[in-house]
Amino acid sequence: MKRSKMMEFGVGLFVLAGILGMVFLGLRVSGISLGVPQDTFTLEANFANIGGLKSGSRVAMAGVTVGRISDVELDTEWLDARVTMELDEDLEGKISRDSTASILTSGLLGEQYVGLSVGGDPEMLEEGDTIRDTQQALVLEQLIQQFVSNMTND
Amino acid sequence: MIRYIASLGRGTLEALSALGRAAMFLAQSAVGVPSREGWHLWLRQMHFIGVMSLAIVLVSGLFIGMVLGLQGYTILVGFGAEDALGQMVALSLLRELAPVVAALLFAGRAGSALTAEIGLMKATEQLTSMEMIGIDPLRRIVAPRLWAGFISMPLLTVGFSVVGIWGGYLVGVQWLGVFDGSYWSNMQSSVAFVDDILNGMLKSVVFGLVVTWIAVFQGYDLIPTSEGISRATTRTVVYSSLAVLGLDFVLTALMFGELG
Repeated sequence: MKRSKMMEFGVGLFVLAGILGMVFLGLRVSGISLGVPQDTFTLEANFANIGGLKSGSRVAMAGVTVGRISDVELDTEWLDARVTMELDEDLEGKISRDSTASILTSGLLGEQYVGLSVGGDPEMLEEGDTIRDTQQALVLEQLIQQFVSNMTND
Repeated sequence: MIRYIASLGRGTLEALSALGRAAMFLAQSAVGVPSREGWHLWLRQMHFIGVMSLAIVLVSGLFIGMVLGLQGYTILVGFGAEDALGQMVALSLLRELAPVVAALLFAGRAGSALTAEIGLMKATEQLTSMEMIGIDPLRRIVAPRLWAGFISMPLLTVGFSVVGIWGGYLVGVQWLGVFDGSYWSNMQSSVAFVDDILNGMLKSVVFGLVVTWIAVFQGYDLIPTSEGISRATTRTVVYSSLAVLGLDFVLTALMFGELG
């Protein structure tokens, strides 16, 4: 009886360790967040070229992550890329109308993300508004082409 | 000439009939879900197959994680990208190394023991005597072992991954000086829960099934002599290793490749 209790304890511990390990993998390694999904504040922006940006990429302000890209699609009216961002709710009514959204790259080979820089307009962006002033992603090939054509002009 | 063709035919027929017997065997014994009194048998097997395998799996996981940390660092530092160490360690462990290496260790430690145990039962005619007194050996002997194997394998794989990631952290961050924050945040931004972690777990469930199935069937189907037992034990390890590595390629192609 004693031995069998020990065995039960061992197996229970083993299963528990497995479940805890799974929780660790979920939270610490893949970084999914539990808890109620936060209320978000949605903004949109059109970019001429989004480079490698995809849904799930981060949105940062002054380098601090403030939200994620929830959707990327082709705007069939203007034939450019329409990016939907979900930002933290506390930012609602704090981003001025003339803010700039630009697609930046973290590090030389890193992921692309959207950086927001705030302007000075006293009017603020509301839920679902579109950021007018955008800067497209830096595409290396275009940059090189520009550089080469400048070189040949000289 | 005719003799060779006949032996080829006999070989094919034997292989096919073994495959058929193995499938029948799995179908008949896997329905024996642990019942009220079978619970205890299952617990015993869980203890032997799962808990006792934990030590070897965790120690191997630690060393593999540490080696990944060391090798990854020396390669990545050449590109100035040592911050990506966390994502390299985590992805290679979760997707490939943890399921595969844990399954290979499991085949060596638990699979061979299962084959030898059941084989000896068969050689000493314990299985036949069980049938004589009206106990189904598939239910009493085989089913608890199969179920214990299915359930232990994913748990062992989780342990392997966790310890491996910690080993990579130990070497990369504590010893070689990769920045702590970038180790974890790069890992979090690149590891997806469903695509990487759950797919890795799915692999380990498949491997657990295949390895225990091969082990138990080899024990049940062997020629009941001492030589037969030793042959069957060897076959268990060889077949399960090959099956794990082969299936790993197929599963990887389906999960992560362009085929999926």
